[in-house]
Amino acid sequence: MNYSDTSITASTPFLSLENVRKTYPGVVALDGFSMEVRPGEVIGLVGENGAGKSTLMKILGGVTTPDTGTVTVDGIAHDGLTVEASLGSGIAFVHQELNLFENLDVAANIFFGREPLRAGPLKLVDRARLRTMVAPLLKRVGANFSADTPVAALSLAQQQMVEIAKALSIKARLVILDEPTSSLPLAETDKLLDVIKALKADGISVIFISHRLHEVERVADRVVVLRDGMLAGTLQKSAINHDQMVKLMIGRMLKEREKASEAARAPGAIALSAKAVRTPAYPGRPVDLDVRRGEILGLAGLVGSGRTELARVFFGIDSSLGGALELGGKPLVLGSAADAVAQGIFLVPEDRKLTGILLDLSIAQNISLPNLPAHARRSLVSASAETATAEKQKTNLGIRAPSVQTRTGTLSGGNQQKVVLGKWLAMNPKVMILDEPTRGIDIGAKAEIYGLMRALADAGVAVLMISSDMEEVIGVSDRIAVMHEGQISGILDKDQFSQENVLLLAVGKQPQ
Amino acid sequence: MSKKDLGLLILILVVGTIVAIINPRFLLPINLANTSNLIGLFGILSIGQAFVIITGGIELSVGSVVALLGTLFIDFIAVRDLDWPLAFVLIIALGAIIGLVHGWLITRLKLQPFVVTLCGLLIYRGVARFYTADGTAGFAFGQNFPELEFLTAGRSWGVPNSFIALVVIAIVMWVVLHRSVFGRYLYAIGKNEEAAKYSGIRTGRVVMAAYVICGVLTALSAIYFAMYTRSISPASHGQFYELYAIAAAVLGGFSLRGGEGSLIGVILGTVLLQELQNLVNLLGIPSSLNFAVMGGVILIGVLVDQQWGVFRARRLMVDAARKNVAGAAAE
Repeated sequence: MNYSDTSITASTPFLSLENVRKTYPGVVALDGFSMEVRPGEVIGLVGENGAGKSTLMKILGGVTTPDTGTVTVDGIAHDGLTVEASLGSGIAFVHQELNLFENLDVAANIFFGREPLRAGPLKLVDRARLRTMVAPLLKRVGANFSADTPVAALSLAQQQMVEIAKALSIKARLVILDEPTSSLPLAETDKLLDVIKALKADGISVIFISHRLHEVERVADRVVVLRDGMLAGTLQKSAINHDQMVKLMIGRMLKEREKASEAARAPGAIALSAKAVRTPAYPGRPVDLDVRRGEILGLAGLVGSGRTELARVFFGIDSSLGGALELGGKPLVLGSAADAVAQGIFLVPEDRKLTGILLDLSIAQNISLPNLPAHARRSLVSASAETATAEKQKTNLGIRAPSVQTRTGTLSGGNQQKVVLGKWLAMNPKVMILDEPTRGIDIGAKAEIYGLMRALADAGVAVLMISSDMEEVIGVSDRIAVMHEGQISGILDKDQFSQENVLLLAVGKQPQ
Repeated sequence: MSKKDLGLLILILVVGTIVAIINPRFLLPINLANTSNLIGLFGILSIGQAFVIITGGIELSVGSVVALLGTLFIDFIAVRDLDWPLAFVLIIALGAIIGLVHGWLITRLKLQPFVVTLCGLLIYRGVARFYTADGTAGFAFGQNFPELEFLTAGRSWGVPNSFIALVVIAIVMWVVLHRSVFGRYLYAIGKNEEAAKYSGIRTGRVVMAAYVICGVLTALSAIYFAMYTRSISPASHGQFYELYAIAAAVLGGFSLRGGEGSLIGVILGTVLLQELQNLVNLLGIPSSLNFAVMGGVILIGVLVDQQWGVFRARRLMVDAARKNVAGAAAE
C-alpha cells in the first residue's frame, strides 16, 4: 500500500483494528478484519447489507466486544471497547435514524443531560450559558439556523447537523456517519459533505458509511470495502471510483444500468391523471401530472417538495383540496386508501416499518391483508388460500425466509420491501406508486426491485417512482418529473436526462 | 389454547382447589351456580370490552351504561308496560347507538377513546340518576315475566341460563375474533393502524364496529344485571364494572396498546376475578378488602407474565449461545 502521497500518513492512526473476529449464533459477522483511521482522515465504508458494517459499528461503539482481535484507540490497545471507553476516547455516532427530541430546541438537544446549571438547589438550566456554548458548535457545522429553533422545524439535513454538533460538543475525534445521506436530496447532501470536509480540516476523523457511492467517491480519502464480514479491499484516493467499489462489494461487475439507455419506448395511454390537484402541504399550488401505462415515471425533487404528499393524494390517504383525478380517462374520486386499492392504485410507502407492513404479522398475513375477502369463505379467513397466495409471491419475488408463516419483523429490509411489493402484485395493479422503494436496501435487492418495476411497466402498469437517489432516478425512469415547492417544475424525456437538469428543476430553475 | 391461557386455567384450578380445601362450601351446587351466574353476567360485559381493547381503545362508560340501560329496561317493562321483547330490542338498539356515537367521535372527530368514554361514564350515570329522580327503579309487588325471568335468571339442568348465554356468545365471538376477516382487521389495526390503513382497510369503520359490538354486549349484560338485581338504584348500580371488564381482559393477556389477546383469555380472566370475589366471601376475609385482593392478584399476574417473558427470552439466547459453542467445538 502506498500512503506516501498524502500528508496525513505521517501521523499515527487514531484508531486501528487488528484481526477482529466476531461471531453470532450461526453467522460469522466479522472475520480477520483490520483497518486504520488516521486523524483528519475521511474513510468511506461501503458494503452490502449484512456485510458486517453494523457489527463493526457496534464494536466501535462498545455495544459488543469482538471474540478475538484488538481495537487500539489513541495508542491504547483494548480487547474490546466499553460504551464508556468509546465515548471517553471521543468516538461519536450519527445514526441513520436520528435520535433527536423533536419537541425540544436545538440547544437543548445538543446538551441534553449535560445542561449548564445555575447555582442553587433547584438545578435550573442556565439558558444564557447554554446558548453561548452552542453558538460556536453550530458555526463549525455551518448551520444556518439558530440555537432556539425547535428541531421539528428543521429539515433532515439540518437535523443531521444538530447531531454532528452534538458529536462535536463531546469533543469527538472520530465521527461515524451511518447512511447520513440516504434520505437527503442532492442540495442538502452537498451541505452535509461540506460539513464533513470542515471536520476533516479540524483534524477530526470521519467514517462515512453509505450506499450512495458517488458521494463516497466525492468525500473519502480512502474507501474500505466489506464483503461477507471480511475486508474485500481498500481503495486509495486515486483509485476510488464507482465501478471499483461495486466490484469489490459484490465480487463481480454489476450490469446494473443494463438496458437503461435503451431507446425510448412508445408511450402508452394515460392511466392516472392529476388535473390541478392541490395537496394539503401546498394548498396554493395546483399539480398537473399524467402517468402513462407501460412507463416508469420518476418523480424527483428535494425532500419537502411535496412528492410524498402527492402520492398520498393519489392513494386516497389525503384528499385533494381542489382539481380532479382521472383514471383511464374517467373521473376518480378517492375517499380513502380502500377506494384507491379497489381501483387498482397501489402504494409502496416511504416508511416501510410504520406504514408498509405489519411487523408482527406473518408474511402470508401481510400479503393477504389488502385482499382478505378474496382469501375467505363466508367471511372466515382460509389459511390455505392465504398460504397459497403468499407462496406464489415468495417464489416470484425471491423472498428469503424460512416459510411464509415467518414474522415479517425478522426479515431484512430488502425482504420486507419485497413483502410490501408482494401484497400488491398478488392483486392486479393498474397504477403502482413506489415512494423511495430502495432506501436502506442492499445493492443486490435493489437490482431485483428495479427489475420488478420494469416487468410491471412492460406488463402495462403505470409505475410512478419517487426517489431522492439521483442515480436511481436517471437509471430507472422512462421520464422524470421534477417537483419544486409543491409544483411540477418540469418533465424530462430520456434524451434530456442529466443530474444537472434534474437538480436545476429541483431548485426551481429551467434546464439549459 | 395458547400457553398463556393454559397458565391462567391452571391458576384458576389451583386457587379453586385451595379454596375448596379450606372451605368445602365452595363446591356446593348453590355456590357454583351463583358464581357461574356472575361469570355469565360479567363475561358478556368483558367480551365487549375486549373487542374495544384489541383495537387499542378503551371503553370506560360501560358501568354507567349498565346503570342507565338497566334502569330504562325496568322502567319500560314495569312502569310503561312495554312488551318485554320490544323493550329488549329497544335496549339493545340503544346500546348499539351509544357504541356508534363513541366510535364516531373517536374515528371521525379523532377524539381519544379515554376522553370520549370518560365523558360517557359521567353523562350516562347522571342521566340515569335524573331519570329516576335519584330513586330506585324496580318491579311492583307481584309483577312477573315468566319467560324473561327464565331466560335471564333461570336455570337449565341446574346451570344458570346467564352462563349458557355467555357460552353461546363466547363461541360466536371466538369465531368472529379469531377466524373472520373482521377479526383479522381488528388485530391488524391494533398492531399498527397506519399500516392497516395503507393496506386499504377502512380502519374507521372497523374501529366503529368494535365500539358498536361493545355497546350491544354491554346492553345485553345490562338487561341480565337488571333482571338479576330486580331493583336498581342508579347512583351505585354497575359502578366500577368497566374496571372489572378491563381487569378481566388484562388478566386474560390483552395489551392496552392493542393487537394482543384471545377470547378464551378474557373469559378465563373473568372466571378468575369472580373466583377471587367468591374466595373473599368464603374465607372470611373482610369484604372491605375485596378490591385490594383483586388489585393485588392482577398486579402479581401481570408481573409474573412479564417476568416469564423476560426469562424465556434470556433462556433462548443462552441456548443459542450454547449451541454455537458446541458447534464450534465439534468443528
